[in-house]
Amino acid sequence: MTAMQIIFLLTAIVTLVSAFRVVTTPNMVHAALWLVAALVGVAVLYVLLSAPFLAVAQVVIYIGAIAILMLFVIMLTRREMRDRGPQTGKQWPWAAVLAALLFGGLVWMVQSVGLAAAPAADVPETAIADLGKALVSPNGFVIPFEVASVLLLAALIGAVYVAWTRRNS
Amino acid sequence: MIPLNWYLILAAALFALGLFGVLSRRNAVAILMGVELMLNAVNINLLAFWRYRAPVHSAGMVFAVIVFAVAAAEVAVGLALFIAVYRRFNSVAADEINLLKW
Amino acid sequence: MGILSQPIGVIAEWLRNLLLGWGLSEGLTTVLLYLVGALVVATVVQIWVIFLIWYERKIIGRMQDRLGPNRVGPYGLLQPIADVIKIITKEVIVPRGADKPLYFLGPILMNAGVLLLWAAIPLMPMVGMDINVAALYIIAVGGFATLGILLSGWSSNNKFALVSAIRTVAQMVSYEVPTVLALLIPVLLAGTMSLHGIVKAQHVWYIVFAPLAFLIFFIASVAENGRSPFDLMEAESEIVAGFHIEYSGMVFAIFYVADFLHAFTIGALAAVLFLGGWRGPGAESFPLLGFVYLWIKAFLVYSLGVWARGTVPRIRVDQLMDFSWKFLTPLALVLLVLAAVLDHFVFGLGAWTRALAHLLMNVVVGVLVLYYLERHEHARARRRRMVAQPGQYPVARPPRPAVAENPTEAAS
Repeated sequence: MTAMQIIFLLTAIVTLVSAFRVVTTPNMVHAALWLVAALVGVAVLYVLLSAPFLAVAQVVIYIGAIAILMLFVIMLTRREMRDRGPQTGKQWPWAAVLAALLFGGLVWMVQSVGLAAAPAADVPETAIADLGKALVSPNGFVIPFEVASVLLLAALIGAVYVAWTRRNS
Repeated sequence: MIPLNWYLILAAALFALGLFGVLSRRNAVAILMGVELMLNAVNINLLAFWRYRAPVHSAGMVFAVIVFAVAAAEVAVGLALFIAVYRRFNSVAADEINLLKW
Repeated sequence: MGILSQPIGVIAEWLRNLLLGWGLSEGLTTVLLYLVGALVVATVVQIWVIFLIWYERKIIGRMQDRLGPNRVGPYGLLQPIADVIKIITKEVIVPRGADKPLYFLGPILMNAGVLLLWAAIPLMPMVGMDINVAALYIIAVGGFATLGILLSGWSSNNKFALVSAIRTVAQMVSYEVPTVLALLIPVLLAGTMSLHGIVKAQHVWYIVFAPLAFLIFFIASVAENGRSPFDLMEAESEIVAGFHIEYSGMVFAIFYVADFLHAFTIGALAAVLFLGGWRGPGAESFPLLGFVYLWIKAFLVYSLGVWARGTVPRIRVDQLMDFSWKFLTPLALVLLVLAAVLDHFVFGLGAWTRALAHLLMNVVVGVLVLYYLERHEHARARRRRMVAQPGQYPVARPPRPAVAENPTEAAS
């Protein structure tokens, strides 16, 4: 077992344990923090996959923005400091069965396909520059990129409109 | 080197956990957290396939970047909705918001 | 290779041989060396804070016509050491109802958010991690500090702490936008996100290329750090002391250290991005000299912050948000677009020609902005002089007996 594999296994354990706590812990603020831990774990996986740009982008977007927003909303939408009562609905055994079935099916599928163990090639030195060019070149992905920007703008305006308090109503 | 299978199984586990969260939690913000976990599982898959199958093309990374954008948009709109819902119902528990149910 | 030309390299080689001599494996030795390096950097900068505290108190004291610390040691130099001993012996109090793990996680995250920045700063030629996405990395680790503040405010179980934490986070998130945009200008000019690459590309310092971007970066960073005049997070008259009211003893000291260290780190980042980092006469052949240059530049920028802290009054919340969203962010966006377009045309020219073109663009933009601000201020002053009509202002204002500018208004 190489050092890379040890690092991968440690990261995977941290990520999965955190993700498990996200979906089970009754305290919502703790759940948000476990989510942060899980997302940092995923960022480490991106580094292992030699995509440092996406790892850092993951930290910027998920921890710098999404987790903070979630904590804000959790703090704004609670009646007391402490959550009371069960945080899972009555349907949770069914959900567990479904999730377990999905996991089993996916693992069976992955194992039966028989994938290559080693990467096809090394990542080129200019991977980040290539990504930048691909995002804006007409031969690349400029239209999805622009659509994503319009989507973000629409989400921005929509979020402001939805959460706006009208003075007179 | 880490086999591709390991990444895919980890992503499958993360996706299943996220699905469990979405289906079982009552708090709407927690449901959104489950969705985020699922999106991250998808991203791990995208990047793993990019790294192992076509590292010279940027397509895998571009998909991941667009998933980031979609996740950010989704969280912004979703959380704004929860704030609006909280104003009306004084709660964000998904099973208490039943105005359309009869 | 000599100790003068490669000081860190020689020490690292000696340590590596020592560890290998003890029979450790190659991989473990490398990991240990990284750990030692991280430990040394983190310890040195945190001890440096002790001096910064003395310096800042002394300067602020002089500005306020006081002497500042002057009892312990020569010029009061040992005062912070006495403070450290005092604060270590104080009891750490955890308030009732506090969320204990989060209560202690908050300060740790906040300090980590600052210390992690030092991982990417090129301290001297060939020293410091060369991360190829370093510019984005320094934005990313800032998120940990934000998280730490939100956590410590929430877990203290104190409403003032929570209000302050939410206020602080809103401020940090708002000012992150102009910081990122201003930071993109050196990235654009150097054509790389690696901080080592940015330093190497600065044959002419980027402050000559983009003085406005430097100002925006500096102001927005100071606001992100929450120091005066942006210290709304600890406005004593409004919210007692901010998100760290409940903390005491060593745990409070961690906040204090993080605050001062962040201020100095802003200086170091500004030095790396705009003032040429370790560049200076003889720095290429004697890296230690480069380190000294970087430290001096960082210290100068830090002193600028202290100066602002001692002289500028605190601004209001609405002014704070307006300043970021209506002034800094649009200005930074305009500068970024103009720099990109201009650089497309002058890229091939010599370094000084290119610098002058960018400088000219900055001067033009700066003059236009000043002109606009002047007119804006005139319009506001005129509005203020007008007699209030009923229903014109949301808040009732006393009618002024003075002569109105507009005679028809006065008649009605």
